[in-house]
Amino acid sequence: MLITQLKSKEAIADLIKGKTFIINCHGCKEVYFPEYEADKIQKELSADGDIIENITRDYICSTDNLHVQLKKFMDKIQEADTILVFSCGVGVQTLARFLEDKRVYSGCDTYPLPGIQGVTPMEFDCGHCGECYLNYTGGICPITACSKSLVNGQCGGSKKGKCEVDKDMECGWERIYRKLEKLKKLNTLNYPVKIRNYQLPFDELPKDV
Amino acid sequence: MKLTRLFERGEFVITAEVGPPKGFHINHLVDEINTYLKGRVSAVNVTDNQSSVMRLGSLATCKVLQDQGLTTIFQLTCRDRNRIALQSDVLSAALLGIENLLLLTGDHTTLGDNPQAKPVFDLDSVSLLHMVRKLEQGEDLAGNPLEGEPPSFAKGAVVSPCSDSVDAQLIKMEQKVKAGAEYFQTQAVYEPEKFIKFMEKAKQFGVPVMLGIVIPKSAGMAKFMNENVAGITVPAHMIEELKKNKEKTKAGITGVEISARIIKECKDYCQGVHIMALGWESKIPDLLDLACL
Repeated sequence: MLITQLKSKEAIADLIKGKTFIINCHGCKEVYFPEYEADKIQKELSADGDIIENITRDYICSTDNLHVQLKKFMDKIQEADTILVFSCGVGVQTLARFLEDKRVYSGCDTYPLPGIQGVTPMEFDCGHCGECYLNYTGGICPITACSKSLVNGQCGGSKKGKCEVDKDMECGWERIYRKLEKLKKLNTLNYPVKIRNYQLPFDELPKDV
Repeated sequence: MKLTRLFERGEFVITAEVGPPKGFHINHLVDEINTYLKGRVSAVNVTDNQSSVMRLGSLATCKVLQDQGLTTIFQLTCRDRNRIALQSDVLSAALLGIENLLLLTGDHTTLGDNPQAKPVFDLDSVSLLHMVRKLEQGEDLAGNPLEGEPPSFAKGAVVSPCSDSVDAQLIKMEQKVKAGAEYFQTQAVYEPEKFIKFMEKAKQFGVPVMLGIVIPKSAGMAKFMNENVAGITVPAHMIEELKKNKEKTKAGITGVEISARIIKECKDYCQGVHIMALGWESKIPDLLDLACL
């Protein structure tokens, strides 16, 4: 199971830059999605920001499915400056790759819960870190794409764009730099030092239930 | 002595790296350092389980060398310790009178001789610098106050000037400077033109940079580094030079000549030299003589 938790209203408002297209995913039943709260925040944000469309789909993590579902919205999507996604980390990454030239941002953080992890394809992975970094990294997850799960940039071990651990694996940070360069967003990496928080809000739940 | 004080005085600073043995007997290492490095280098770097190969600890080795009257640089990586152990070891270093740190992310565990180990990477090179700066300000990473006078270090970091993703390296270098890096030691340089170009961009940060030198031991070693070591490209003409006279290369003379040439070409663009001799510590005095240092 996964829990997608909304980022704070201020954090989400910060992401809305220019014309914004919102995509919600109510896909698999293994994900707990805060439908009511998301709807409320989105309505409030519509009052201030330029939300050009707000749609809800399912299983956006499946690339083929995503193409079909977005087909009739592509004109509006091309017109948008920002695509704001409310889904688990896999959904955001699938969209970020599909809409390569767009700023795709995540409105949620994804936490793990024990049990089946849904039917997400293996192409992308979400580490359920609970503090989604996709908004800094051009929609490429540093937790799962980097062998060391580094969050402050590339280590010294990348050679010819490949990871020091596996010469067949692309360096995740190399991909992140390339993507941010394309989006002209390299400056997002100048944010304060990032330090992961391994204390999840559900740690206090009894483990033997 | 803090390295930063030497840079402030305008000195061209020379450091050398040594690796602790796989075992706890270090008389041989201490003898080598006393014979070849004492009086020739300003400080000695002690590696932290270099290349993820398990060895004697960097902190204890630094202490033994300090007792011999040497200035040491305690290398600390994020591979094997979480933030609690890292902070604790930095405080231990302060207790032992160690004033210089080199703070790195570290190689992945799978590259070493205990590949089954759990890779930690709770922090990385940038957050590790930030952590030390917080300790220097009198509190730990979680904001809890330290008792008494806080520690104070010269905080070093690394950068790879000849990397094939040099722009990414510059972004990371800037992040390290913002997080508190006060000097840099570089990955081994074999392409002076690339290094000089890099320095033209890096000088905007206003932080001293020490040119990294690995004395090439053979053509085979050069080719191995080209294939396997990140940020290193030994040009074909240098490999030819190493091949030409096998006896001369074996005796270390070719490698010392190449290294001295690189130092001379780059010297005016950097603030020091860091020599990683990888067991060839005995060649360092000749190298420094030939490079007129």
